[in-house]
Amino acid sequence: MNLSLELMLQLCIILPMIATLAIMATARKPNLREAVTISTCLVVLYCVINLYQGLTTGGEISVFWWELLPGLQVNFVIEPLGMLFALIASFLWLITTIYAIGYMRSHQEENQTRFYSYFAIAIGAVMGIAFAGNLFTLFIFYEVLTLSTYPLVTHAGTEKAKTGGRIYLGILLSTSIVFFLLAIVSTWFVSGTLDFKPGGVFASNVDTTLVGVILALFIFGIGKAAIMPFHRWLPAAMVAPTPVSALLHAVAVVKAGVFTVLKVCVFTFGLDLLSVLPSYQFLLYLAGASVLLASLVAMQQDNLKARLAYSTISQLGYVTIGALLATPSGVIGGSMHIAMHAFGKITLFFCAGAILVSAHKSKISEMRGLGRQMPITMAAFFIASLSIIGVPPAGGTWSKWFLLMGTIEAEQWALMGVLMISSLLNIAYLLPIPLHAFFPNLLSSEETGKERALAQFQIKEAPLPSLIALCITTLGCVILFIYPQPLYELSTAILGPQEITHGK
Amino acid sequence: MLAHLPILQVIVPLLAAPLCLILRRSSLVWLFSLIISGIAFLISISLLQQIMASGTIVYELGGWDAPWGIEYRIDKLNAFVLLIISAVSTVVLLAAQTSIEKELPKDKHTLFYVLYLLSLSGMLGIVSSGDVFNVFVFLEISSLSAYALIALGEDRRALWASFQYLIMGTIGATFILIGIGLMYQMTGTLNLDDLSRRLPEVAHTRTVFSAFAFVIVGICLKLALFPLHLWLPNAYAYAPSIVTAFLAATATKVAIYLLIRFTFSVFGLSFSFTTLPLQILFMVLGLLGIFVASTAAIYQKNVKHLFAYSSIAQIGYMIVGFSTSTVTGLTATLLHVFNHALMKSALFLALGAVMYRIGSVQLSQFQGLGRQMPFTMAAIVIGGLSLIGVPLTVGFVSKWYLLMALVENGWWLVAVLILLSSLLTIIYVWRIFEVAYFKPPLLETEGIKEAPISFLIPIWILVMANIYFGIDTRLSVQVAQAASQSLFGVAP
Repeated sequence: MNLSLELMLQLCIILPMIATLAIMATARKPNLREAVTISTCLVVLYCVINLYQGLTTGGEISVFWWELLPGLQVNFVIEPLGMLFALIASFLWLITTIYAIGYMRSHQEENQTRFYSYFAIAIGAVMGIAFAGNLFTLFIFYEVLTLSTYPLVTHAGTEKAKTGGRIYLGILLSTSIVFFLLAIVSTWFVSGTLDFKPGGVFASNVDTTLVGVILALFIFGIGKAAIMPFHRWLPAAMVAPTPVSALLHAVAVVKAGVFTVLKVCVFTFGLDLLSVLPSYQFLLYLAGASVLLASLVAMQQDNLKARLAYSTISQLGYVTIGALLATPSGVIGGSMHIAMHAFGKITLFFCAGAILVSAHKSKISEMRGLGRQMPITMAAFFIASLSIIGVPPAGGTWSKWFLLMGTIEAEQWALMGVLMISSLLNIAYLLPIPLHAFFPNLLSSEETGKERALAQFQIKEAPLPSLIALCITTLGCVILFIYPQPLYELSTAILGPQEITHGK
Repeated sequence: MLAHLPILQVIVPLLAAPLCLILRRSSLVWLFSLIISGIAFLISISLLQQIMASGTIVYELGGWDAPWGIEYRIDKLNAFVLLIISAVSTVVLLAAQTSIEKELPKDKHTLFYVLYLLSLSGMLGIVSSGDVFNVFVFLEISSLSAYALIALGEDRRALWASFQYLIMGTIGATFILIGIGLMYQMTGTLNLDDLSRRLPEVAHTRTVFSAFAFVIVGICLKLALFPLHLWLPNAYAYAPSIVTAFLAATATKVAIYLLIRFTFSVFGLSFSFTTLPLQILFMVLGLLGIFVASTAAIYQKNVKHLFAYSSIAQIGYMIVGFSTSTVTGLTATLLHVFNHALMKSALFLALGAVMYRIGSVQLSQFQGLGRQMPFTMAAIVIGGLSLIGVPLTVGFVSKWYLLMALVENGWWLVAVLILLSSLLTIIYVWRIFEVAYFKPPLLETEGIKEAPISFLIPIWILVMANIYFGIDTRLSVQVAQAASQSLFGVAP
């Protein structure tokens, strides 16, 4: 195929949308329908990889669609941060689809066609966010993503799903309409442009109070980044089927949020302006508080998915901190954390889904001794936990390393403490799960009779497609530790060639 | 022929109305009215083209010169509103035959089309005429036929609603007439253009001041500005579905047109915004209207009532845009006039389809409709999203301009309030979605099928317009901007 890079960029966004129609058309034949999804995934992944190569060879790739209002264009420009996000999302979409086939079929979910079609739209929207050339384009796809994931959250159609959907939509739409849109309008009014430019768009003599308010509006408005107090939608979204939680609420949607935060901080405000804004310190502490509080809440959750959800909120705070630190290391750490956390968290969710499907358990207290029944799943859970905590041999090590460097560069000692304590909390709420699964008698000597009964269990893992998927992502966590070079290069390229002053 | 377009725009539907009585057969009359409305639509397109190319058209009726004879003066603003009215009227008429067959007794069909065409020509007349008395006459034509149209509703409460509207509408019209009389007394002219030149000489007098107050209050009654909105919800809810779709999209828009015409062209910007505290008055009333009506909408059980309250709220947005008294603000108002016409006609027509199948538009009856009438419900979803102002729908475009106007004026608080009010919109729109998609069908509505194609086509034309003009905004934004610039006397 000899497609131009511009065409590939557009394909990444349009193809999933077209695939929706094809998925609906093939509703009667599940195998064909899944084939459509998988082949779309493959083509999109192919395009994204080609774009990546195009970017690394120094090509400038941009596409202009149309002018919606005078001065407000819908256009797409590829830069390293968006590339990173697109790579992760398109790769994990493929893996999740494989997983979903196993999960949805063995769980005998209804309305699978609707599931796959809205899933595809959501991915198209994610690609649109990743490649957006200005805030306005980003906002459009941000809203498309919110709306297209609503039917996925409420997939079960139960009363609980409906309530979850209400919270989900209520928080995401209202923050985006009230704060985000206002922030965009103000940016447009103050700077006269919504384009993303390295170094920011505001003039150097701009009123810092006003811009400080705009920054706060952005941070609160990007509800997908789940900064407290606008985090409630994420646990609420856990009523969705596990593949949705895995890809969208651990990867695509939340990452779209922190991606937007990073993008706005680096390309709308610029690091130099950011650190002199009056609201900067407050927002940093807010993100720090979000990290700590969410970790604490996570410890009390007995439902595995809820615990993972709060853990996600806490980890998202890391990326926001990275963006707000306004130092090169912070940005590098933040963007690397997008990738590291994506692989770690998706693995954890895959495991949660696998446990639900084959052992029918969703409560952590019931998972004692499960390691004998599902050794592979639990081993994967262990490795992914290590990645979230940030210890070798898993990828999370690197991003946390750079984030800590960032706090030192910015001399934010309190935040450095927050990051350290949070890592300890991560250990406290993640590691006991695999430990108890493998060594049920470790902490309690009672219930020995029951344990013996458990020992009788046969090995019963999740369906094969799901198992393959979760092995791949676990492998990803490890590979990202051993070979983080491409990721690091992409992250450093975000700041442009002139600003790399450290790191090696 | 081309030179006579301004009068043909009005006279064609006006003359066609009595002809319906001769045709008698229901389906023939429908076809005839559709063709007439279509012709009016084509005329308005051609007028808009002429005006955008070569500027204001002045047409002297019967060849009499302006201050003595009646003048038809069509500039960008008129042409824009004419286009909206005739376009909506035509699309809505497409579904009329199917809908009234179900909702009206056979012997009322012809009458319905006569009234419809009269109402249409009345509105077109108000907008194109350049003579205040003429405006009043057409206002009465359109209003009287609207009262009768509403009274045709099969629900007996329609009579009461129509009577309420009649009383309020007549008070409004009388106020306008008093205002016109006072102006005539002071200037001796009824020509709008002439008035605008002669009024400044006597602007300081109390008579002109009262004339202004009477006209403004009269118009505000007609456009259902909070707190003069009480006639609207029942009138919309109990009228036949087609009438609701038509009136919701056009009647209040014509009143907005009159408001703009009188404040900007006749009395002049400086007079209008200095003698009365219009800016603050309209801003506060607009905001109150938005919040009160949106909150009321949340609690409605009848979906037509719900969208009627939503209309009052949307009028609030237009009035807030107007109150900024800047070019951007007025552009926002005009854009919202256009966009709201698209949204509400689509929504009310879709409700008409629901009415056709189920015979009721109570929210509780919507259970399970997401599966039974997927296309109709999808239209309501898109219309609802447009109402909320989601990007890529028309609602976003006008909201964007409104926000820009508020930020330009430094009215940050108002901007925040406007955004907060969108949350109320989300709530009342989502109530419908949840009932339609999450609840299983009721026993009595089981076996309900999708609306007939004659409904779906016009509904989806309007829905597509909601999306199309949300993506390609060149037409609406250009015309609205040009109209608002010319009203402010800014060279485009």
